[in-house]
Amino acid sequence: MLLGILYLIFRIGNLVGLVKGKEEEEEEDSSWNTINAYLLLFFMIGGLGWFFWYSYVHFEGYTLPVASEHGEVTDYLFWLTMAVTVVAFALIFIVMFWFTFKYRYQKGRKAVFFADDHKLEIAWTVVPAIVLALLIFSGLKAWNDITGPASKDAYVIEMVGQQFLWTARYPGVKDKMLGKQNYKMIDASNEFGLDLSDKNSFDDFKSLELHLPKGTEVQLMIRAKDVLHSVFLPHFRLKMDAVPGMYTTFKFIPTKSTADMREETGNPNFNYEMACTEVCGRGHFSMRFPVFVHDTIEDYEKWMASQEAWLKQNPDYLKRVPANLREAAIIKSGIPVDSQEAIMAAPVTVTLN
Amino acid sequence: MATIDLHQTTSTEHHDDHGHDHAHHGNFWTNYVFSEDHKVIAKQFLISGMAWALIGGTLSVLFRLQLGFPNADLSWLKPVLGGWLTPEGKIDPEFYLALVTMHGTIMVFFVLTAGLSGTFSNFLIPLQIGARDMASGFMNMLSYWFFFLSSCIMFTSLFISTGPASGGWVIYPPLSALPQAMQGSGLGMTLWLVAMVFFIVSSLLGSINYISTVINMRTKGMSFTKMPLTIWAFFFTAIIGILSFPVLFAAALLLVFDRSFGTSFYLSDIYIGGEALPNQGGSPILFQHLFWFLGHPEVYIVLLPALGISSEIIATNSRKPIFGYKAMVGSMLFIAILSFVVWAHHMFVTGMNPFLGSIFTLLTLIIAVPSAVKIFNYVTTLWKGNIKFTAAMLFSIGLVSFFLTGGITGIFLGNSAIDIQLHDTYFVVAHFHLVMGSASFFGMVAGVYHWFPKMFGRMMDEKLGYIHFWLTFVGVYLVFFPMHYIGIAGFPRRYYSWTNFETFSGFADLNMLVSIAAIMTLAAQFIFLFNFIYSIFRGKQASANPWKSTTLEWTTPRIPGHGNWLGEIPTVYRWPYDYSKPGAKDDYIPQHIPYSETPESNLPHENELIKLEMEENAIVVEGHKH
Repeated sequence: MLLGILYLIFRIGNLVGLVKGKEEEEEEDSSWNTINAYLLLFFMIGGLGWFFWYSYVHFEGYTLPVASEHGEVTDYLFWLTMAVTVVAFALIFIVMFWFTFKYRYQKGRKAVFFADDHKLEIAWTVVPAIVLALLIFSGLKAWNDITGPASKDAYVIEMVGQQFLWTARYPGVKDKMLGKQNYKMIDASNEFGLDLSDKNSFDDFKSLELHLPKGTEVQLMIRAKDVLHSVFLPHFRLKMDAVPGMYTTFKFIPTKSTADMREETGNPNFNYEMACTEVCGRGHFSMRFPVFVHDTIEDYEKWMASQEAWLKQNPDYLKRVPANLREAAIIKSGIPVDSQEAIMAAPVTVTLN
Repeated sequence: MATIDLHQTTSTEHHDDHGHDHAHHGNFWTNYVFSEDHKVIAKQFLISGMAWALIGGTLSVLFRLQLGFPNADLSWLKPVLGGWLTPEGKIDPEFYLALVTMHGTIMVFFVLTAGLSGTFSNFLIPLQIGARDMASGFMNMLSYWFFFLSSCIMFTSLFISTGPASGGWVIYPPLSALPQAMQGSGLGMTLWLVAMVFFIVSSLLGSINYISTVINMRTKGMSFTKMPLTIWAFFFTAIIGILSFPVLFAAALLLVFDRSFGTSFYLSDIYIGGEALPNQGGSPILFQHLFWFLGHPEVYIVLLPALGISSEIIATNSRKPIFGYKAMVGSMLFIAILSFVVWAHHMFVTGMNPFLGSIFTLLTLIIAVPSAVKIFNYVTTLWKGNIKFTAAMLFSIGLVSFFLTGGITGIFLGNSAIDIQLHDTYFVVAHFHLVMGSASFFGMVAGVYHWFPKMFGRMMDEKLGYIHFWLTFVGVYLVFFPMHYIGIAGFPRRYYSWTNFETFSGFADLNMLVSIAAIMTLAAQFIFLFNFIYSIFRGKQASANPWKSTTLEWTTPRIPGHGNWLGEIPTVYRWPYDYSKPGAKDDYIPQHIPYSETPESNLPHENELIKLEMEENAIVVEGHKH
């Protein structure tokens, strides 16, 4: 109905147009040409104006404070690239829309036959090449530093992604080593697939919050149990996919504790967060994982020491520990004496491998 | 029968002297459905592409509703979406992912590959190089009908109860390989893979045809250096397609094996749905390498034809030769080659060896140089022109501006260190929608406005074209420019909602603006649709060469019949950009005008060519005596 009416209006307009003489039509065309030229010019001025205004006024709104050492480097590179490209962008934008305005059609004028100019072409091939080369090399240096091997005394933390939640596994304070894991040992309680024949696994503990020390290197060992996920710590400028079947890794040094950040942002409820950035299914958008950065290494170690080993929380799995290692397992995981005997008395039924 | 006969005689050796037997008598089926005429096939691709664009655009508006108005009650969509709405009247999170996935798939493959390349390569290659038709009309027809079959399958997948493929258009396994990971990875994914297999067949048939036609069937005098930039663009596009699509085919095939036959190419150590799968030793990253080996060249498959089209339109409407013809061809060649060695910049943070990251950063930023050259050349073409803002010209200028705006953010993303933060955020969404999506879409629309008179013998309405342009141009910027800010703030893409995160709690205003702009932009396309359909039947009759253009297609009759030229195919004497030549009486000299007829405007070295022309003509005359 609506379309029909529009069609009729349009048709009548066209027929009226036909009645008009050819000359009149040409004149009208030429006035439309001028209108379009002006509109393009206004678009350029308005567009650039809005761009600079919004970027300036809302700067706080779209930038996240940075909280890691390498993040400061990549942020610097980001803003350096921004400065270079915005200058180039604005220049070309202005020139282009100025040309479309200035050289709009005028009856009787003839365009200039200008087919090539090698000097000009070489200049604008070489200049971008040099600028880009400079940007690339500063970027590559940063990239190599970021992806280089972690130092030996970095705190290692394992992040495990699954549909649709994260879990962190910390090596216990006793051995500071993550125990082996095997996906075939995963079950409802043993969500990491901890291999309890490895004595390093006895004091590993699980956390549903990522705790980090300030000012010390941390190495994340990242894996996934089902599909791809991706660890994204926006304030730490850190992102790395979690891939089933292999470990990926990212090392970084947090520079601001949660308390520092609360002060900096003036938001007493500020919390760091981790998100998933590789689409993983229905609950992809809900894979939030809280992050807390301790003020000092001592605080951090104190927190680590206060956590219960996974084995202590799941003493039933003591049965899966090979007999010769059970005593070590009991001591390392800190299972209290009274529950030990009950478990040890039970017959060993499950043997894996 | 007549059509078939014609093709048997349309071999290159004697196409010149068979201008008399083009009267074609086929019936409706052979003329309009299973046609082997390149112009009809082009129109088939165009109309299918437009239908797909509407579907793809509508899907995007649906998910923009969720993002811009997260609290809105969409129950009124119940008759259309049925069970995909939650009882509260919101879009189901899994359906949201299906929408995103199908939007990407449809736009990249069905609109901007088939719709753009299929339409304009088919339509323009024979017309602009001076050929009666494609090298193989039959293969050309097959190409369309494989595409149609593929379209049907993909379209069907939208309506099955478990939903279409939903793991993102990149279909990364294991998500896409395991039906237990999400509903869409079941039958929907199977249909996606089957549809893509047919799509690849279609694309290859088309590309082989384009390449052989360009190499073998150019008219007399049409040397490679005299080809319009459109033809160069289609030629490179077809070569890229032939080299890259088979790799997607391989990737899809291995995925089919993993899904259905228990192999472990991409799967390893997976515990899902309460059980550990037996697959071990595969690598999901292998799939990503294979996918992006197609995926990145695909960007240029989409973009190059649009750049070719805009070169042609900008030169014509500036009434100036395109600036730096050789540099334009060179940069396209360079882009085509480099497009094969930059794929892993999509994978900096996927766990790929970081050393590869450095290599691909280096190669990626090199590709920015020829792209920059192209922009400078476009801008210089405008300089001191006499610019006519036809609708096609406006869309071409829009294309250059998107190519610039979106291209520049590529310098951030190509730099692996900066990409760590920006990867998979809205910054990337803004980047590729501008540089590849919108730019190519504008190229396609510009092409329709420009060549409509040759396709249908009538003019589209210019004023509606202006309204369409301004709404779309401003609309596209309003949709994608704000996404840069949202991306710098770290908002991840493919998120159903951000309310779970404090960090991503802002920007409700910008997201609403983006959604409103998206709805407006989609609505504006109906103006185009109306203009298109109306003008086919009621448009003003076009003259044979309404834009006063130089290339060969404008030497054909108002509506070129089967075989394109009534008499002999014109011989080509000059390059395609003799606009506003000093001394010439008109501001354009078509390609088929010999230098001997234009002594007043010839450049010194062109006067020397006159003698050569004479000799060649003599040979032709002699040849005819035999």
